[in-house]
Amino acid sequence: MSISLLAIIGGLTSTGLYLITARSLSRIILGFSLLGHAAVVALLASGGTPGEAPIAGKDAGISNPVPQALGLTAIVISFGLTLFLLALAGRQQTLAGDDLVEDDLEDRRIASGESVGARQ
Amino acid sequence: MSVLVALTILAPLFCAAAGIALRTRSRLRDGVTLFGLLAAAGSAIALLVLVADDRTHVVRVGGWNAELGIVLVADLFATLVLPVALTIIVVVEIFAIGQRRTAWGANPELTGPLLCVLTAGVSLAFLTGDLFTLFVAFEMILVSSYVLLTHQGQRGQIRSGMTYVVMNLLASTLFLFGLAIVYASTGTVNIAIATERIAELPDGIRLGIGAWFLVVFGTKAAIFPLFSWLPDSYPTAPTTITAVFAGLLTKIGIYAIIRFHTLTGMEELGPIILILAAVTMIIGAFGALAQTDVKRILSFHIISQIGYMLMGLGLFTEAGTAAAILFLVHHMPVKTVLFLVGGLIENDQGTSALDRTGGLAARRPLIAVFFAIPALSLAGLPPFSGFVAKFAVISAGIAEASTVIVTAALVAGALTLLSMTKIWVGVFWGERPDAVSGTSHDDAPGNRTTMVTAAGLAVTGTLAISLFAGTIFDLSQRAAQDLRNPAGYIAEVQS
Repeated sequence: MSISLLAIIGGLTSTGLYLITARSLSRIILGFSLLGHAAVVALLASGGTPGEAPIAGKDAGISNPVPQALGLTAIVISFGLTLFLLALAGRQQTLAGDDLVEDDLEDRRIASGESVGARQ
Repeated sequence: MSVLVALTILAPLFCAAAGIALRTRSRLRDGVTLFGLLAAAGSAIALLVLVADDRTHVVRVGGWNAELGIVLVADLFATLVLPVALTIIVVVEIFAIGQRRTAWGANPELTGPLLCVLTAGVSLAFLTGDLFTLFVAFEMILVSSYVLLTHQGQRGQIRSGMTYVVMNLLASTLFLFGLAIVYASTGTVNIAIATERIAELPDGIRLGIGAWFLVVFGTKAAIFPLFSWLPDSYPTAPTTITAVFAGLLTKIGIYAIIRFHTLTGMEELGPIILILAAVTMIIGAFGALAQTDVKRILSFHIISQIGYMLMGLGLFTEAGTAAAILFLVHHMPVKTVLFLVGGLIENDQGTSALDRTGGLAARRPLIAVFFAIPALSLAGLPPFSGFVAKFAVISAGIAEASTVIVTAALVAGALTLLSMTKIWVGVFWGERPDAVSGTSHDDAPGNRTTMVTAAGLAVTGTLAISLFAGTIFDLSQRAAQDLRNPAGYIAEVQS
């Protein structure tokens, strides 16, 4: 595995992980896009040495096509999920006026020992 | 036999497409949905009978060999769990048809087809023989669960949906990284071939892979400390959807852990898994005690029960694995019934908060019975299926002289009973508080009959499991033997 691929995977993963620790869903979406790319690059790197395009009939000197197939599937899935997250952020924007991930209210209420009847 | 394997996945997928095409014609859509689910469940039962009699059946999709192509492996473990899971979905769909005209129902145009996609994903996850298809199956299940959870677009659902989606998406991304690691170190994603090659890897890489997938599947299974998304998100969805999630989703994570870690023989991880199991049980049980809402108490119980299955696995003995499989089979229907009964309570009382319900035992004795049976079963009292499952897990623990984990299991069991008592006192005894000038949401008696019938069917199912516990335990033991001695599995897949 070449050092440049490793650097790309590391860079994308760390930036992505930093972004998904944010409260705002739009940052989380960006973070997941980067993490998805990092995972696909990692899959590609796992295929071993690079070579010519893997076209049927050629035997020697081609790249390993299996990780490429896996990577393509992963890309399609992450496309769909990014769209869904965007829709979720959009809905939160309409409902709450922002796209921040909120705390579990019920949990907060029980933790603070507030009387049950006080709800609503 | 290959047709049966294909039917469990394809029948619900085709019916999902048909259901979307027919979304405006409710009768026809419901019929198509039910037909697809029944076809899948029927095939699964037939598969169990055939595989239990004969032997593992391997389907090579497109005729490719196992190293390059997708294989579906109908071994005893998969075919033992599959019919239970698919039957549960059928029962829940019947309940959903009854519930949909009430205030608590889910949007029928979406839930029918999405439930079918989820079913196809569940079948694929159980039957698949390679890790990448397992990833795709997880995504099929999760994507439909994301939509099912948030499709009503209410504020609480969007809020908890965000946590749920982000946590699960992170686990899926880690899964992809794990696949890259496995492919780089073994040159395959096929579970059987990888099992063979992982055994030859240096210990560091081998255990690294084991630990990585423990985190990935553990997030889906909600084990400590990766459970926080579960009690937050499950209670906000409509009851029928929570019932499916509670019965199936976390169990698929546990199924994957049992399959992967037992086949690859990650015995060095055993002590860590046992510690996680003990903490998971205790935290889940204490979490349940603190809650004041039926659905939230039940959600915390899921976490606590996951600990028992993990404990059976973490012992890494044949008895332990068999007990974990038996617990899995017992737990899926029991948990689903409890959530369905939670739905009946909500339907009758207008809420599932303990302080605003009461006196249901006098008004609706049938619901009380339907709650009591699975609740006692979950707490592990004889003669119900929970007793047999817990007894198997704990005796496997005693056989290994693991005192700490056995104590933790017994304490968690007592705490579970305590929180069930809390629900019983809050919902079924006493008077309904006057503060709730509630009209019950019981607007059409026909719907209630369907819902009660579905819940009754499910209760009968759990009783049947305790009745046939001997047979099921024998099958679990055979499945555990197959998992503990992977040579047979590897030979079947590669032949």
